[in-house]
Amino acid sequence: MKLLSRFRLTLDRRESLAGYLFTLPFTIGFILFFLRPFIQSVVFSLNELVIVPKGYELHSVGFENYRYALRVHPTFVRTFVDQVIAMLTTVPAIITFSFFAAVLLNQEFRGRTLARVVFFLPVIMSAGIVLRLEQTDYMTSVMSTTDSDTQIFSMASLSGFFMQLQLPQTLLTYIMNAVNSLAQIIRASGVQILIFLAGLQSIPPSLFEAADVEGATKWESFWKITFPMLSPLILTNIVYTIIDSFTSPANALVRLIRDTAFGGVGYGVSTAMGVLYFLAVSVVLTIAIAIISPRVYYQQ
Amino acid sequence: MALAQKMRNRGAADLRRRLLLDKAGSIAWSLIRGVLILGISYVILLPLLTKISASFMEERDLFDQTVKWIPKHFTLDNYKTAFKHMKYPIAFLNSAAFAVGIALLQTLACATVGYGFARFRFKASGILFALVLFTIVVPPQMIFIPQYLNFRFFDIYGLIKDGGVNLIGTIWPFVAMSLTCTGLKNGLFVYIFRQVFKGMSKELEEAAYVDGASRFRTFYGVMLPGAIPSVVTVFLFAFVWQWNDDFLTTVFLPSATILPVTLSQLGYSVSWGTGTEGATSQYASLIINTGSLLFILPLLILYTFMQRFFIESIERTGLVG
Repeated sequence: MKLLSRFRLTLDRRESLAGYLFTLPFTIGFILFFLRPFIQSVVFSLNELVIVPKGYELHSVGFENYRYALRVHPTFVRTFVDQVIAMLTTVPAIITFSFFAAVLLNQEFRGRTLARVVFFLPVIMSAGIVLRLEQTDYMTSVMSTTDSDTQIFSMASLSGFFMQLQLPQTLLTYIMNAVNSLAQIIRASGVQILIFLAGLQSIPPSLFEAADVEGATKWESFWKITFPMLSPLILTNIVYTIIDSFTSPANALVRLIRDTAFGGVGYGVSTAMGVLYFLAVSVVLTIAIAIISPRVYYQQ
Repeated sequence: MALAQKMRNRGAADLRRRLLLDKAGSIAWSLIRGVLILGISYVILLPLLTKISASFMEERDLFDQTVKWIPKHFTLDNYKTAFKHMKYPIAFLNSAAFAVGIALLQTLACATVGYGFARFRFKASGILFALVLFTIVVPPQMIFIPQYLNFRFFDIYGLIKDGGVNLIGTIWPFVAMSLTCTGLKNGLFVYIFRQVFKGMSKELEEAAYVDGASRFRTFYGVMLPGAIPSVVTVFLFAFVWQWNDDFLTTVFLPSATILPVTLSQLGYSVSWGTGTEGATSQYASLIINTGSLLFILPLLILYTFMQRFFIESIERTGLVG
């Protein structure tokens, strides 16, 4: 009798059972491979970790690892502050640039597909290991210095290369110089451009037509229609950019945390640094969302 | 009468002037736009172009001020050296099989979980989905040491005795994490699939139920095939991210013959391999750059053929609107 009633489930219960079943892989993964490491990383940061033949042992040291990271470690605090400041300055630049680039790429012109292919190339190309190697690479560091004597590939020679495309020299070098300082920003904007681009395409054209009939200029309809309609995506992109920047291999702090773990002062200090970084990023994310969220315009 | 005629004339003149201005404006704008797009494309392509150009140079060309784009001493030795030290053929095959397999597992697992969040109402749904978002926000760098130790002494909360099993150096950590949506950026994939399945109509599903299909059959037989464009997009992203990843790969598979590992050891193995000659850092750098090119070459080829899937990706993912 009991068995039967267990099989005769109501529709609601079957539905919720199916929900639990479908999401079961994540639940298992979260408990086994995420929750445990997450808690352990906090525990490790309060201990000294010693590898023994049958696993590892923890020796409690209180906040010693944090003290070491903040007070003794020669470069951690500087790198940490640099990285947070860099994040605060590049995020607005990336958002502005990708917004602008998306508006540009949304217009009709010849070679638009090709331009989109090129703009999105960094997502494929300068990610992961290639980006990490570039950070510490000799040739790249030489190339990025501004002193023309030490440059292997000077700007002049490159503009010469582009001169063949029949562009005026002065205009070209001006653009190239201005744009070159933005190199990092441009290369970090691929996904953000795509998100804005998709957003632009989802704005109903009837809105612009109505504005046009009412006599609005393009400038006005940009600020009164395009901008508010894209504002939810500005928030999405800010969150994405912040997360992307603190997991990027181009991030010096990420490399420092990793080097500290393997061959550095040890796991304890490294996890303490990781926890501090996580806290800083959480604070930045919370502040960013708190400031922007009320200003976002949602349709409906 | 005359007044109306006059008005009409003035209106026509105004209109003509406005059209002319509009035309001049649009020509000027398309010029500016062209220059901007060229300039930005140049910045994006510069590292690739310099790498390609340098990869054909001998070391002395690097110091030669007269050598710019075209190598004076053209050579394929850099490619040969990088090819050999990266153990390219084996490493490439291993990498490709690895990335394809992992990306496939991740796509299927995340689609299943995403569907669960999109279609079924259950009590813990909200909390579980919040946890998915939480996994996106926590940087892998924060938890990779416990993760490493977790797999080094794998004991499932003490279920396996004697210090557990050592899974480091095997692909099992990746398989396990991919099957359970805790691999690289998998939280994002779950989120995307939830949006996609939420956007699909319920009618197909209901028709399948009426025909007596079970929930799993409905999902794999009807809903998943219906979401193929998004599935391909997620698969491609998972593949590219897995291919590029050296963070988890070098930690979990430190001595495997796969491209991220052999490439990250390239500088070391080149300066080691040249023996008495002693490799300069410039030479090592030259080889590493050539190696990076060999590393991204398969991705570039893939991108050329599949660029539509990448560029239209966001529209397929329902992330917007």
